[in-house]
Amino acid sequence: MSIIVNAQTKVLVQGITGQAGAFHTEKMVEYKTQVVGGVTPGKGGTQIHGVPVFNSVKEAKEKTGANATIIFVPAKFAYNAVMEAMDAAVPLIVVITEGIPVLDMVRIKRRLAGSTIRLIGPNCPGLITSGECKIGIMPGYIHRPGGVAVVSRSGTLTYDAVYQLTEAGLGQSTCVGIGGDPVVGTSFVDLLPMYEQDPQTEAIVLIGEIGGTEEEEAAAFIKKSKMRKPVFAFVAGRMAPKEKRMGHAGAIIAGGKGTAVEKYRALQEAGVITVDSPADIGKTVKAHLAKRLNRAAV
Amino acid sequence: MKLHEYQAKQLFASAGIPIQRGIVAETSDEARAAYKQLAGGKDGAKLNVKAQIHAGGRGKAGGVKAVTSADEAASVAAELLGKPLVTKQTGPEGLPVRAVWVDERVEGGRELYLAVTLDRFKSQPVVLASAMGGMDIEEVAEKNPEAIVRESYDLLEGITTPQVERIVKTFGLSGAQAAACGEIVRSLCRLYEISDAVLIEINPLVIMAKGDIIALDAKFIVDDNSLFRHLELAAMRDPSQEDPNEYKASQIGISYVGLSGNIGCLVNGAGLAMATNDIIKLSGGEPANFLDVGGGANVEQVTNAFSIILSDKKVKAILVNIFGGIMRCDWIATGLLKASENLKVKVPIVVRLQGTNVDEGRKILKDAKHLNLISVDELADAARKVVEVAGKS
Repeated sequence: MSIIVNAQTKVLVQGITGQAGAFHTEKMVEYKTQVVGGVTPGKGGTQIHGVPVFNSVKEAKEKTGANATIIFVPAKFAYNAVMEAMDAAVPLIVVITEGIPVLDMVRIKRRLAGSTIRLIGPNCPGLITSGECKIGIMPGYIHRPGGVAVVSRSGTLTYDAVYQLTEAGLGQSTCVGIGGDPVVGTSFVDLLPMYEQDPQTEAIVLIGEIGGTEEEEAAAFIKKSKMRKPVFAFVAGRMAPKEKRMGHAGAIIAGGKGTAVEKYRALQEAGVITVDSPADIGKTVKAHLAKRLNRAAV
Repeated sequence: MKLHEYQAKQLFASAGIPIQRGIVAETSDEARAAYKQLAGGKDGAKLNVKAQIHAGGRGKAGGVKAVTSADEAASVAAELLGKPLVTKQTGPEGLPVRAVWVDERVEGGRELYLAVTLDRFKSQPVVLASAMGGMDIEEVAEKNPEAIVRESYDLLEGITTPQVERIVKTFGLSGAQAAACGEIVRSLCRLYEISDAVLIEINPLVIMAKGDIIALDAKFIVDDNSLFRHLELAAMRDPSQEDPNEYKASQIGISYVGLSGNIGCLVNGAGLAMATNDIIKLSGGEPANFLDVGGGANVEQVTNAFSIILSDKKVKAILVNIFGGIMRCDWIATGLLKASENLKVKVPIVVRLQGTNVDEGRKILKDAKHLNLISVDELADAARKVVEVAGKS
């Protein structure tokens, strides 16, 4: 088991003929993801890395039975690409595109409300169920199947964490990059209950950033729902000055809110095991899981 | 992207939000002409000359002056223009004054606060309103949170009548004033949407003695990501108000923020870049910058990044932290060597590579026997090392 995606997931690539789209299509196919079709208007009938290209999402979905789509189209066309996927009722939409205007995401989020469609991103590395399905741009080879879930607002920092887990001998269930923008389709609180229910997931690593309140909301959820599975967390940006955007549009301490200190406090109060150094994520998870196993053995 | 007060007010005027008449001037002659035009050709009228910078606190810093003649307007403008203005929001260097806004001076009146921004929690726009205008709203939020009314609304439906009524009520307005103020709230919400704003703040919104309502000062931030569809707003960008390094970096796809320490950082990815700053601090050092070199860490981009880092003379050592996912570490290592040779980098560079082809990458760095380039495998060790070498040099 895993969450959201598995070996049966059939994926479309919107923007498959662009540079990033074509490159990552190849990598996803290499990972044995079922990439069943691509979409680029006007390029229907061609092929990219053996994947048939269609003119519209609707046509691609009808002909392939796809149940997920990954979007690489440039920011100025991303809104229309997402709307097209929603109109075609694709149940999972993963948006890699960086730089989408925030009000476009507000409009998209408004349309998502009340639908069963799940949107992940934008400005994210995507998601991967180790050994089964990669819908994203993360390097596949660092992942190993196992029981640790990773959910993160970052990209390369997530890869680093996954790498540390793999080095420590800990495989992963499903890793989700939720994205670094102020408005994202899926947040920590949407995923935590899924991980809690997922038989494969034994522990969760949450990687946050300064700005916003997603980590505080996650802490409140963990406390209120009395999650059984251990949650570990690292929050990047303790050094960040106020009112300065640190790369990600969402990573800004505004009006004195969204500091790493506040987030650490909220997470600790909820019983989350926090990690101070980004170099200690793998080690910390390993040490705690070993202790739990020892306790269980006794 | 921030706008100047005068730019924001021009947008207000076209959106139907009342402002006092005003004219922007970039020279003292223009300021003299602006005075004459606004005062109907005669001296004696009391007008303001306001320095235009991307920061608040101008009044207390001497950036807003009352004038009563065209000559005085010209001399005040000459005093302000071309010099930096230091306010409590600018930092010690201040920001250069390249334009002044000449407008009618408002005496007295009741000061209110009105703003629209994004409620991240709800993923909706939110209007913030308070009868305690003219003050720092963060201070009001901290000491007197119930004095601020928050109305988040559906962008597609627009703000509702009951919401507008609650805002007007918190201002204590009734009758014609309430109606006029309600229109201002609606216009502000429309302007927020059509200009893809991140924040529009009117502080203060003034109820004048005669009953008119006027937007007296404005803070306006536009979503950078939306500028492709707002060429008229993009043209309002004033690079003189931005940190030159941050501006230069942004033009070439590098995200850079200057900090106060002496350890330069070159990282790929925003989250990892923040985490790198954190671990330097945990190791007893102070980062000189945040720098996300972006997805394509090629020779050109790394050279650019090094030159931006080194233009900060405080930098005593550099930590390069790259996770090669799609980017292979051997390519990155080659790029780092070329870039440091291109620029003849003198300060020590500690490199931590991880990810695809990491062994080849580390071997390239070790074989190069580059005196200033120290390859360290683990992030924690790399952070300790860079703090150590920065302390020595």
